[in-house]
Parts: sequence; C-alpha cells; structure tokens
Amino acid sequence: MRGYLIGKVAQALLTLVFVVVFNFFLFRVMPGDPAALLLRGSAAFNPDTLEQVREDLGLDEPLPAQFVTYLGNTVALDLGDSFFARGRSVNTVIAERIWPTLLLVGTSTIASAIIGLIIGIYGGWKRGSAFDVGSLGFTLFVYSMPEFWFGILVLMAFAGGVGPFPAIFPTGGYETPAAGLTGLAHWVDVLNHLVLPFFVLTVAYLGEYAIIMRNSLIDIMGDDFITTARAKGVREKHVLWRHAVPNALLPTMTLTILSLGFVFGGAITIEYVFSWPGLGWLTVQAIDAKDFPLLQGLFLLFSGAVIIANLIADLLYAYLDPRVRAG
Amino acid sequence: MKTPPIEPSAAPVMLEEPPPPPPTTGPRRIAWARRRRSFARVARTYRRNKMGMAGLIILAFFIAVALLAPLIADREGLDPTSPVTGMPFQAPSWQFPFGTDNLGRSVLTLTIWGARISLLVGLLATLISMVIGSLVGIVAGYRGRLTESLLMRLTDWFLVIPFLPLAIVLASLLGRSMLIIIMVIGITSWPSTARIVRAQTLSVKERPYVERARALGASGWHLVTRHILPNVGPLIFANTILTVAIAILSETTLSFLGLGDPLSISWGTILESAFGSGAATAGNWWWLLPPGLAIVFVVLAFTMCGFALDEILNPRLRQR
Repeated sequence: MRGYLIGKVAQALLTLVFVVVFNFFLFRVMPGDPAALLLRGSAAFNPDTLEQVREDLGLDEPLPAQFVTYLGNTVALDLGDSFFARGRSVNTVIAERIWPTLLLVGTSTIASAIIGLIIGIYGGWKRGSAFDVGSLGFTLFVYSMPEFWFGILVLMAFAGGVGPFPAIFPTGGYETPAAGLTGLAHWVDVLNHLVLPFFVLTVAYLGEYAIIMRNSLIDIMGDDFITTARAKGVREKHVLWRHAVPNALLPTMTLTILSLGFVFGGAITIEYVFSWPGLGWLTVQAIDAKDFPLLQGLFLLFSGAVIIANLIADLLYAYLDPRVRAG
Repeated sequence: MKTPPIEPSAAPVMLEEPPPPPPTTGPRRIAWARRRRSFARVARTYRRNKMGMAGLIILAFFIAVALLAPLIADREGLDPTSPVTGMPFQAPSWQFPFGTDNLGRSVLTLTIWGARISLLVGLLATLISMVIGSLVGIVAGYRGRLTESLLMRLTDWFLVIPFLPLAIVLASLLGRSMLIIIMVIGITSWPSTARIVRAQTLSVKERPYVERARALGASGWHLVTRHILPNVGPLIFANTILTVAIAILSETTLSFLGLGDPLSISWGTILESAFGSGAATAGNWWWLLPPGLAIVFVVLAFTMCGFALDEILNPRLRQR
C-alpha cells in the first residue's frame, strides 16, 4: 500500500515537472516572437522598443539561462506580469477569476454527475425498457451537441425572448453592473445570472455520466456475484443498490473526480457565450490579446488541477477497491 | 473536453471459425478468406443492430450532401457579392428556406457547403490521431520494458493536459488555417486510443498462437503485422468511429472561438459569425439552428455507429 501511494505521488510530481517544462518550450520554441506579438499593431513598434521589450521579457538571454530563470520563478509561483492587464501580475488576474468559475462549473459538474448517474442506473437496470431507450436517446443527443450552441439557443430563448419564450433572465455577466447590491440582494442577483449557464452546463455534461454509468452497470449485471445474490433470494432492490451499484460506481467515480479537475478550465465556450467572468473567458481574452504569460499561467493551473484530481482519483480508488491495493 | 465514453477493454470478438479450406491456396489467401468471413459475420450482426443502422443512415445522408454540394447548392451563394444572395437577416422564405445571414447569404447553402469542411477536418484529424495512437499503443504493448514505460508516461502526460486549452494555445501560436486545425486536433486526441490499443496488444501478445509463431522464428515485424494488428484492428476501428465524433466537435469549438480557417466555411465558423453578429440577442434562430443541428446529427450518427460496433466487437457488452 505504501509503495502504491509513493508511486502515485511520484508519478503526479513527474507529470507536473513535464507540464512545467512543456509550458516553457511551448511558448519559446514555437514560431513567433512574443515581443513582436506584444507590440504588434501598436504605435511603439520599432526596433528600439522591440529590443527593450525583449530585454524586459528576458528573451535576450540564451535559452538555457531563460529556462533556469523560468524554473526558479515557477517554483516560487511567480508567473510574471500579464500583457493585457498591464502592470498586474498573472497571479492577481487569475485569482480574481477563480471564484466565478468554481461557482458555475463546480456546481454544474456536481449536479450533472448526480442526475447523470441516476439516469444511468435506472436505464442500465431496466435495459431495453421504454425509460432506457428514451433516456439513452436523450443522453446521446445532449452528448453530441456542442455545449456552446445549446448555450446560445438557451440565451436566445430565455434572455433574448424569441417567439413564445419569455425573456426572464439576464443576457450574461456575473451580477448587474453598478447596481451596488449587498448582502442577500447581491446573492439573489448572482443566482439570477447563474441560472442559465448552470442549466446549460448541467444538461451538456450529464450525458457522459449517464452513458458510462449505464454501461458500467450492464457490465456488472453479468457478473457471477449478481447471479449468486439472486440465487440466495436477495430482493431485486437490494441486488441493485447493495450489490450492483457500489461496484458499478467505481469507473464513474473516477470520471467525476477527473471532471472536478477539469472544472478550472472546462467551461471556456460557455463562459464566453454568457460573458461569465471566469477562467474560461479569461483564456479567450488572453488568446485575443496574445497574452502569453497569462496563457502560460492558466495552462499551468489547468494542468495542475487535472494532475491533482488524477492523483486523488488513484488514491481513492485504492482506498475503495482492495484489488488495486493488492496489485 | 469530451472523451469516448466507452473504453472497450475486453478482447475483440473471437467466434468459432469454421474449419479452414484445404491449404492448396497458400497461407495468405486462407488468412484473407477467413478475414472476409469474419467481416461478413460482423456485418450481419451489425445489420441487426437498430442503433447502428440508424447512425449509418444519418451518416450516409450527410456524406451524400457533402459530396453532392455543388449539385444541390450553387457555390455562388457563398460569395456575398454574388447576385444570388438576398437581403441580410431574412427569416426563412421559399427563396431561402433557412433564411439569410448578415451578408445576405442563404444559410441552407452555407450549411450544405459547411458539411464538406466539417467532415473533412473530422476525418483527417481522426486519421492522424489513429496513426499516432495505434503506433504508440502497439509499440508500447509489443516492446514492453523501458519503451513501454516511456511511451505510456508520454501518453499519461497528454491525457492530463486539458485538451481544449492545449488545442487553443497551439492553434493561436501556429496561426489560423485548416491544416493547422487538423494537426492540432490530431496530435491532441490520440492518447485514449494509445491506451486501448496497448491493453489489447498486451493481451494478444500472450496468446498461444503468437508464442507458436515466435517459436517458429517469426520476426517482430511479421508478428506485429500478421498476428497482432489483425486482432487489434477491429478495436481500433470502433475507436476511430468514436474519435471522428469528437474531432468534429473539437473543430466546431475551435472555429467558434475564432481559431478556424477564416477562408473556409464549416459549421463551426457559421456559428462563430452568427454569434459574433448578435444572432442570439436579435433572435435570428434560423441562422443558428441548421448548422447546430447538422453537428448534433453527424456527431450522434458517428457515436451511434461507434457504440454499435463496440457492442458487437466487445463481448462484455453483448446483449445477454
């Protein structure tokens, strides 16, 4: 067990090191001069300022020296200054946007996991029933749809108000700007803005959970211990909830925890559609502004979150499934 | 990010073979005859699968539309300066069944021509992804030892790097062109294939007939191409179909974020210009629905075909 733990932690650290190194080369070895990109289209574009910017960014040093500086800074969690929010550090810019993303993507990931699992359990249990066929069709449909397209349609229907649909929700944003609301009124306002993107993400994500849960349950239902339980005369309800579901939950649990890792970076298009000021929209803004330090920081955060979620999933797996521990 | 929701892990179909015909035709012919028979068997089972057939029919429809685009929709209609275009933002009418966009172009024409780019990008990106994934999976599974741990570590790294941010960063660094979109999707979507192929290679490698072939002095190349690949192939195929669905969705997303080729029209770029022109707030539903529904149905069709194949080729999922 201890060997397993140490192995998994070492693996996570190694992956993190790879991401940090990959990050460096991605933004430095790739074609395109960051300094030129930074100055592109500005009046200050001339050889002197270009040289100055290159010096500020440390791009005039040889690559190995840059690498050492970069490693030192990254370990100290100093991610440099953002281009597009001039003079502000990447850390500050990112910190401001974390909460809205956690609020939106975190809650909808959890909601979609719970709803998706329940749909999957009932579908897989009564395989071939009307509920199974109907829910499979529905989940496949929502799984196949680009989430931003669904988001635009929902936005059009319930915020723009088309035809019979009432325009009852705000068209986007995190709160009513300059309303100066405090306390409870502020929270009601935020929730009002949260409804549409939360609904879209929950529907868009639940298909994957339902499909995996359904297949996992069908898989388990063919196992010998289910037949044994039935032969013993265990009631069907108990066969499902005490014998089949706990075993079928393992793969879906891994997916859920991994998705929680993707929470930080997972809602880029939906945040963009609903102007939700989270990390996803920040990524789009950073791309538009060619803000490489900010993109690099976001990238590190996104990958780091997934690596940690992966590690948690591995450890939890070992805790819940004794076969993993032994092997 | 969306991943194929099913990772076929068990062995592919290994049904009882009828006794081979007399060996007068040479080993290669026998092998091909056997493969033809097993293909026919899978095709027979597939025809009975309702979900798979529904997917295949939808797919055939969209492929026909893409191939016949020049016959059903005048290419002129893509050019905003052409006389066949109408007034901007027109609601559906007899002349323009799906209305017009901000430049007065028929949304129906755009959607029909968009099928070509969307399908092409999806298929080519999948091809790249499959080649890399299968190669990494087979080499890792067959060679074992250090090669395997290095390759699988690389695969794990690619798996934890969030797909969309990586694709966005690559696309924004390399520029906006169709080729780059294809490459970006291809090189970011292979890891799950590599894992599946490796697992299958590991199990095939240990089977007695591979051992026998090795004992008879077969070379590594012979073992891989004649014994391992034909047995891993069906699984790669099922996975390919599922990957096309994901590749098309990825193209749509990247194009929607403005990273697509500005010169070619795909379903993603239509949605980008619709959203960018305020179609959502103006209530231009006819501009948003056709390309979006086209994406949903194509992705759905590929997914249904993939699931059906998976159900046939993966014994653990077969109806009991």
